Amino acid sequence: MQTSTVILFLLAMCVVVYNLGRKRSQVLGQRIGGYSLLHSLPRHYGYMAAAWAAIPAIVVLILAMSFEERWLAGMVAEQLPPEARELPADKFGLYYNQVLGYAQGMVGAEQLDATQVAAGDYYRRLADRFASAKAALAFLAALVGAIFAIRHISPAVRARNHVEGIIRWVLFGCSFLAVLTTLGIVLSVLFEAIQFFKIIPLSEFLFGLEWSPQMAIRADQVAASGSFGFIPLLVGTLLISAVAMLISVPIGLMSAIYLSEYATNRFRAVTKPVLEILAGVPTVVYGFFAALTVAPFIRELGESIGLSVASESALAAGIVMGIMIIPFVMSLSDDIINAVPDSLREASLGMGATMNETIRKVLLPAALPGIVGGILLAVSRAIGETMIVVMAAGLSAKLTANPLEAVTTITVQIVTLLVGDQEFDSPKTLAAFALGLVLFFVTLLLNVIALYVVRRYREQYD
Amino acid sequence: MNTMTATMDGATDNQRESDTAEKAPLDIRDHGDVGDYETIGEPFVDNAKMSARTVNVHYGDKQAIKDVSLDIGENEVIAMIGPSGCGKSTFLRTLNRMNDIIPGCRVEGEITLDNEDIYAGNQDTVLLRARVGMVFQKPNPFPKSIYENVAYGPRIHGLAHTKAEMDGIVEKSLQRAGLFEEVKDQLDKPGTGLSGGQQQRLCIARAIAVSPEVILMDEPCSALDPIATARIEELIDELREKYTIAIVTHSMQQAARVSQRTAYFHLGKLIEVGETKEIFTNPRHQLTENYITGRFG
Repeated sequence: MQTSTVILFLLAMCVVVYNLGRKRSQVLGQRIGGYSLLHSLPRHYGYMAAAWAAIPAIVVLILAMSFEERWLAGMVAEQLPPEARELPADKFGLYYNQVLGYAQGMVGAEQLDATQVAAGDYYRRLADRFASAKAALAFLAALVGAIFAIRHISPAVRARNHVEGIIRWVLFGCSFLAVLTTLGIVLSVLFEAIQFFKIIPLSEFLFGLEWSPQMAIRADQVAASGSFGFIPLLVGTLLISAVAMLISVPIGLMSAIYLSEYATNRFRAVTKPVLEILAGVPTVVYGFFAALTVAPFIRELGESIGLSVASESALAAGIVMGIMIIPFVMSLSDDIINAVPDSLREASLGMGATMNETIRKVLLPAALPGIVGGILLAVSRAIGETMIVVMAAGLSAKLTANPLEAVTTITVQIVTLLVGDQEFDSPKTLAAFALGLVLFFVTLLLNVIALYVVRRYREQYD
Repeated sequence: MNTMTATMDGATDNQRESDTAEKAPLDIRDHGDVGDYETIGEPFVDNAKMSARTVNVHYGDKQAIKDVSLDIGENEVIAMIGPSGCGKSTFLRTLNRMNDIIPGCRVEGEITLDNEDIYAGNQDTVLLRARVGMVFQKPNPFPKSIYENVAYGPRIHGLAHTKAEMDGIVEKSLQRAGLFEEVKDQLDKPGTGLSGGQQQRLCIARAIAVSPEVILMDEPCSALDPIATARIEELIDELREKYTIAIVTHSMQQAARVSQRTAYFHLGKLIEVGETKEIFTNPRHQLTENYITGRFG
């Protein structure tokens, strides 16, 4: 029986148990003279019974699924001929994977030898039996739980509190899971990065001024310097992000002020959704807009006033990235400025302040924490943005502060390092994880700074 | 529609009006068509600081104020009372054009300050609001320090040229608002950290820091406890020597305690106005009597 079918049946069972629990509490209630004498409402007893049926079954399923593979592998390995069992670990892995492939119908029997086919058939029989046992156990657990819960129901049982408690634990589980996955991602990046730093010293990575990750595959290859200084990438990232923020923050903030303080409701009702649609355009579209329209335009403009501009420039990528972020900054700032209470506007205007003075001296300071938060989100987006940079800023890791030259960013390098054939013992591939780790720390640092700024300059209104 | 509108047509219907008022419970929140009427009592004074003549205010299609004519005398405290939605706050806000910021609000008629039309084309709301200050229902100090709260107005209007001058203005304003002794050691603390009553006195200090001639108060004590209220009422009495004050209040006792004249508003109309003592001891209009004796509202 498929796991999904088991879950469906369990769900149906829960519905039945819910109704039984409800009925039983109603019967009990009538016997003692009215539902109001029960501690909780009948539906709470129903929920409680259903939960007691569902939880043991889910626990059984999770346990079975987490042990299934290991147990099957152990059983199958015992059946294998001794010469297969004595293979070295990597060869045995290949051998066993072929068995699995055959058992799951992805590899034909004609490609394998007889011991593998036998093992595969054995695996299939075992797996079927295991699945049936798993389903039976789950149903049994659910049944025991349900019977216990329904027998347990009495007017004194505090089913409402019980259900509240279960919901609390479910919610806790969800948040715990979110934290756990984040932690898992960070750790997996961290371990690969540690592998990288075993080959390339940390100091070279952090302070090296040259980035060219080509490694020699054979010892006699030339043109493979393999320098892993990430400073040029960091500078490129910061340069492009800075250009993007210079474009998006003033325009976004000012349009937010216009929308929230000056615009008529009708104008606002039309403009805001339109700008938010702009935020939904895929960045790859912005990317070719940058590469085909903005970059050549900037080059021609630069040449007409006698500047030499690379055809792929940080400026072009930054400008388009800024345009991409404008709606983001605007929408967030607009919501935050709107949230400043009207009483502060009235207080300021009632003193004879002009609209402009009110905005500068009262509204913006009051909205500052939120605005800083919004800008920070925008910076994180700029730093993490990849597509526009790939298309418009190029791949050359040049250490420069001149926005007219081609630069590259951390994210773009991660993409180029992991595209194509990879081997996970080469520093070229592992470097991607080190870069990912750096990216993580940069955004973390930005968050800390923003928190500090918010706390330092916040003007708290109630 | 209701019997109200019909019976309000013409002054001769006053008697019938009072009869129906006793029988049918009035829906005091019902706006709708506001008919002609005449204000009972003397709305005009000799030493008028501000004068309103046949003022009508509309919010979109709704008429909030109907043909209100009223003088506010120099250095007097005038109280405006009436049930919720009667237009007293709206009328107060027309006096320093705070209604301008409400979309769809239209003001007709003439309002003058020292015989100058405040709605004339060449009038500047910045200067007007510097002369006619406002204190709001809920204390609304800026989320800045106590000092900065008071210094806000003088700074905007360029009233102080040196730090010492500004210090002087801040101290004098806080003293006049009766707050200085309590906060003199914590002028750099946020104004929002004060108690409700202190916050409201801070708002009064902020209003008087720009030396206005008129102060409008929109239910300044409705969010305060009795002790803080008593403190503010005392303050209003002291401020009368230098300022003209118009106060909107829901508390009849407060109106009786602090004001010299009282105006009773009902459904956007100025029903009755007169000496506070007269209004509270001898109301002439049935609606006024109903209201102050607590029969509705």
